[in-house]
Amino acid sequence: MARENIYTAALMEHNAHPDYKYELDEFTHEHEGINPSCGDEMVLRLRLSDDGQTIEEAAFTGSGCAVSQASADIMAELITGETVEEAKRLSDLFIRMIQGEELSEEDQEDLDEAYELESISRMPARVKCAELAWRTLDGMI
Amino acid sequence: MANRTLQGEHMLTEAGRVEWGSRNARASALAHSPYKRDFPLLATRPDLAFLDSAATAQRPAVVLEAQKRFYETMNANALRGLYQLSVEATEAINAARAHVARFLGLDERKDVRDIVFCRNTSEALNLVAYSFAPTVLGPGDEVCITVMEHHSNLIPWQQACRAAGAKLVYMYPNEQGIIDEEEMRAKIGPRTKIVSCVHVSNVLGVANDVKLMGAIAHEFDAAMIVDGAQSAPHFPVDVTDLDCDFFAFSGHKAFGPMGIGVLWGRHELLDAMPPFLTGGEMIDSVTEQTATWAPVPEKFEAGTQDAAGIYALDAALTYIESVGFEAIQARERALVNQCMRRLGELDFIRLIGPDDPEAHHGVVSFNVCTVHPHDVASILDMDGVAIRAGHHCAQPLLDFLGIDSCCRVSFAFYNDSSDIDRLIDGLNHVWSMFHG
Repeated sequence: MARENIYTAALMEHNAHPDYKYELDEFTHEHEGINPSCGDEMVLRLRLSDDGQTIEEAAFTGSGCAVSQASADIMAELITGETVEEAKRLSDLFIRMIQGEELSEEDQEDLDEAYELESISRMPARVKCAELAWRTLDGMI
Repeated sequence: MANRTLQGEHMLTEAGRVEWGSRNARASALAHSPYKRDFPLLATRPDLAFLDSAATAQRPAVVLEAQKRFYETMNANALRGLYQLSVEATEAINAARAHVARFLGLDERKDVRDIVFCRNTSEALNLVAYSFAPTVLGPGDEVCITVMEHHSNLIPWQQACRAAGAKLVYMYPNEQGIIDEEEMRAKIGPRTKIVSCVHVSNVLGVANDVKLMGAIAHEFDAAMIVDGAQSAPHFPVDVTDLDCDFFAFSGHKAFGPMGIGVLWGRHELLDAMPPFLTGGEMIDSVTEQTATWAPVPEKFEAGTQDAAGIYALDAALTYIESVGFEAIQARERALVNQCMRRLGELDFIRLIGPDDPEAHHGVVSFNVCTVHPHDVASILDMDGVAIRAGHHCAQPLLDFLGIDSCCRVSFAFYNDSSDIDRLIDGLNHVWSMFHG
């Protein structure tokens, strides 16, 4: 049985050097996500524009496996500068993808680097790790 | 069948050489396990280093064949039918029950009916918590367990205590994983009605002194329950010598099928307990409004039992006996020794549990510095090494140890040093991926 390598260069890079892992001081929204079974904990903070329509800055803190950390970093990068509506759509797309749904080519492109995590959908035990940041986002917007 | 028996005898001889023979013979047997060929999954997947037998063991062909043979040659509903086939099925179950009694050091003629078949250790312990606990527990009473319990010997007691208004009290191990007499005496006392303890920890690998614990429990007239899921497959258990009141183990960790487990209980306790599940086969007679119960063990075996599973468990115990606990213990000890020594040579590994390999019963837990256990297990999996990572259904223990999760390697006698080689290569691969 061939085993897929979910630890792509992109994933390892985001895990080792997460650009969006820091304490965001001036935030408008904050939400905590946990995976009790893994011990993964994450706090996601967002700063929305004055009109509440656009995500101006997104950052996370916490600890967890490489998959959860890289997924969070990729997500924060993807949603920064996007409207709240678009972020919701992207998080919905990601969760559908990681649950095993096949996405259209257009949707795949919209997820950009996050689509590289698609192979994790075939590793049931790791789906929760990949989802953590996205579910946390989903719970706050 | 004849072939399998012959092979079993052959193995026994070989195992004898492993134990008592020259150093070379021992080394070569550890290098290439003579037992893997008995296990179809291991024999057909030489690319796999299976190091998760504490989660579930592999099954030898003799067990798989027994399961099939039951359905092919004696399938009928045991106990019910008045025809020959059903009689044969019933005899098969009775023979298995007698075998389990012998396996646990009991007198098979006197004690055979105190063996209750259930699905697994969890169900066995739930049976005790739901049927026995309410008969002895009241408000202000205490149930005493250890912090190293598997959730299956922890949550049932949380529930039982909640229902009775009783208190759940914990015993804690010292730095070497030992729960000493002082700790037992500090926690077990006049208010204690039940003491329940894991025989061998599925994380630390330590064997608890349940005999001493039971003696202290009995000083206070408390019942002693032993969770034998991780002990019964690895060393001889004699419940008469342990002098406990209940003992539970799972078939699937003892090379038998999934879905069959055993509860042994002291007869007078089982006899006085109300049933756990009710329905077919567990009654004496039924009217519109009332029912009376069948005797033990049928009282606790409602509905059609997994007769094929019971028959195959019988075969699994025969297989264990053909290998022999002396060989099993010698091999597992040697494997744990070698594994801990080689893990100790890797400076990025932090071992968990007692320093003394002799104190680990087939289980070695560890962490890779800065790498999450789930990543470790996933990367090892890419290299064909199967280990467990997470909280191992023992979250209170991991909290006590101050960690969220860890990696666990667990051995059965069929493992060999090639499995350890692959583990070490895999761990070096993990390290180089994260720090290369």
